[in-house]
Amino acid sequence: MLKVTNLHVGIDGKEILKGLDFAAAAGEVHAIMGPNGSGKSTFAQVLAGREDYQVTAGSVVFDGQDLFEMAAEERARAGLFLAFQYPVEIPGVSNTYFLKAALNSILKSRGERELDAMEFLKLVRDRVKLVELDESLLKRPVNEGFSGGEKKRNEIFQMAVLEPKLAILDETDSGLDIDALRVVAKGVNSLRNEERTFVVITHYQRLLEYIVPDFVHVMVDGRIVRSGGKELALELEERGYAFIEQEVAVG
Amino acid sequence: MTPSETATLTAVPTLTAPRDPRVAAYAEHFERRVASLPGEGSVRELRRSAIERFCELGFPTLKMEEWRHTNIAAVVRGDFLPAPEHAAVTASDLEPWLLEGCRHAVFVDGRFRPELSALGEPGDDAGAMVGSLATALSGADQGLVSRHLGRHLGFDDHPFRALNTALFEDGALVRLRRARVASEVVPELAPKPLQLLFLATADATAARMNFPRTLIVAEPASQATIIETYATLGAGVTFTCPMTELVAGKGSVVRHYRVQAESTEALHLAAFASYFERDASYTGLVISHGGGLVRLDLHAILDGEGVDFRLDGLYVLGGRQLADHHLRVEHKQPHCGSHELFKGILDDQARGVFSGRIYVHRAAQKTDAVQTNRNLLLSPEALVNSNPQLEIFADDVKCTHGSTTGQIDADAVFYLRSRGLSADAARSLLTFAFAAELVERIAVPALRRQVEEVLYDRLPGGELVRAAQ
Repeated sequence: MLKVTNLHVGIDGKEILKGLDFAAAAGEVHAIMGPNGSGKSTFAQVLAGREDYQVTAGSVVFDGQDLFEMAAEERARAGLFLAFQYPVEIPGVSNTYFLKAALNSILKSRGERELDAMEFLKLVRDRVKLVELDESLLKRPVNEGFSGGEKKRNEIFQMAVLEPKLAILDETDSGLDIDALRVVAKGVNSLRNEERTFVVITHYQRLLEYIVPDFVHVMVDGRIVRSGGKELALELEERGYAFIEQEVAVG
Repeated sequence: MTPSETATLTAVPTLTAPRDPRVAAYAEHFERRVASLPGEGSVRELRRSAIERFCELGFPTLKMEEWRHTNIAAVVRGDFLPAPEHAAVTASDLEPWLLEGCRHAVFVDGRFRPELSALGEPGDDAGAMVGSLATALSGADQGLVSRHLGRHLGFDDHPFRALNTALFEDGALVRLRRARVASEVVPELAPKPLQLLFLATADATAARMNFPRTLIVAEPASQATIIETYATLGAGVTFTCPMTELVAGKGSVVRHYRVQAESTEALHLAAFASYFERDASYTGLVISHGGGLVRLDLHAILDGEGVDFRLDGLYVLGGRQLADHHLRVEHKQPHCGSHELFKGILDDQARGVFSGRIYVHRAAQKTDAVQTNRNLLLSPEALVNSNPQLEIFADDVKCTHGSTTGQIDADAVFYLRSRGLSADAARSLLTFAFAAELVERIAVPALRRQVEEVLYDRLPGGELVRAAQ
């Protein structure tokens, strides 16, 4: 589904990702953990197509296609979804309107029939339950005046409507209380299936108690330095990131 | 008018001959026409003092603070002829502008045209009576008009208010009567909104001028919605110099829309002067998308306690259009609120000017005033001069003002693209959304649809937004 080879990425002349290798197959859930500033969010943004970054070396193949040949919207249409760490507020554009435009542009690009208003409403009503989001928020402008938890649930709600092949969750857990975290995790878990791949980026092990990953990776200074099963997250929780950073420094 | 037409000017003893021959041309035009202009006695005296004042003030120049961003050379140098008395206009000519669900009073080159108007069934006008201002000046309403016309807000500091006052031939008298109690309980019984459509006829071979005048007298406890639409018929340069006055009595409730939809050849220098008594409520929205050179002077005097005044503006400009909104709100009494939000979307080489001034007199304690101007530039060559100001002489007030000018938010574009929208669709959606805050406030459905259509047509990628609706 996703294969990243020797990825080097910088911004304003400063290198952030320094030879990152990563691979995830269909149906797998991967967690990427790491200390602040290790490049986790940069990785997520580059995958989604943010143009502020310069890719200086390496390749990313997504579902058989060269990701860097695709514009941000083409990646979305091909089935890549990023749940933003900081969802953007868009005054004047209603959540429903935005999501309908997004879904229909994706369907259209695949040569599928676009949904009419009634079909869309039915889909939305069904999916909004997954994240226990108040339906009144759908009529409001995108993320405007939403609480932190509502913004994150709105991201998962969008994911549930757009049904991506690859979902990248960038610190979706940060700033959430335990109840909101459960709701978000429940939404994600209900979307898990054999075809869909998740990359869950997080700073804390806490989220992984609810979204149990198949693989855990540790990112330090722009590279994956350690990979393992879900028990690696527990080890990190107990010992902190420092021991890995030391290992990297020594090794 | 050409300077050569000023030959007879020296024969007029009441005027000090203006040095500028182009100003003198208007004075001469006035002398030729004054006897046939409607209104005698005090109204004619008002006209005479207005033309005198215009001659003293002359045309504003770029050296003047209030005009330094707006070059009106095209007006100063223009050779304008008065539009013909009865230009041929048919009902189908009006269709693009007439709003469904409204009563219509149609004015062609500033003159009332009853045969083109649809004022509703008798009795349907409860709340708002409308007719020709010229007719009113020769009939029973003469006293009402002369009591209010040009009396609340003069023309001392404003050459084009003076010019309109001197030269108007006709226009609208709107009289708002006390609201029926039933209409407050049953909305369906509320009177229909009243649309005043001002059409300027253009002639490709000769530039034309017209001076429509509108007087709206809102009696105490009256309530109405009024829409003014300015549009052009045909191709050619037109100079429209309209003035609208609103006198809002105690507890009156007025909703007011003003739509500038003229052709890009149009020169439009307009004034809206409003005067509010105690507890009056006003909600206004100025929409400017037409006209080549547009200047609007919007002046409000809040002269009673508890006035609630809200005036918003939306200007959508492209090509080489220029729109200048000059706003002045005077708080003279305590406990009044004034809120203004003006938003501009500018593309190509368009220019916008916003100058807002809230003036709080010493007596106007507990004033609550907010003035905001926001501009979205779609092109690196578009330009806005924004200058909101406060002048406060009372010590217990809450007043804020602010101004922003910028491009489309790149983070928002990326967010939308990451959900599958094309870059063009994302930009047009965000541009539309910028305007939506004001468009959504339009309480007349037909007008809201009309403005939305203008936005779809005018904004880059607008058809993408229309298709997604």
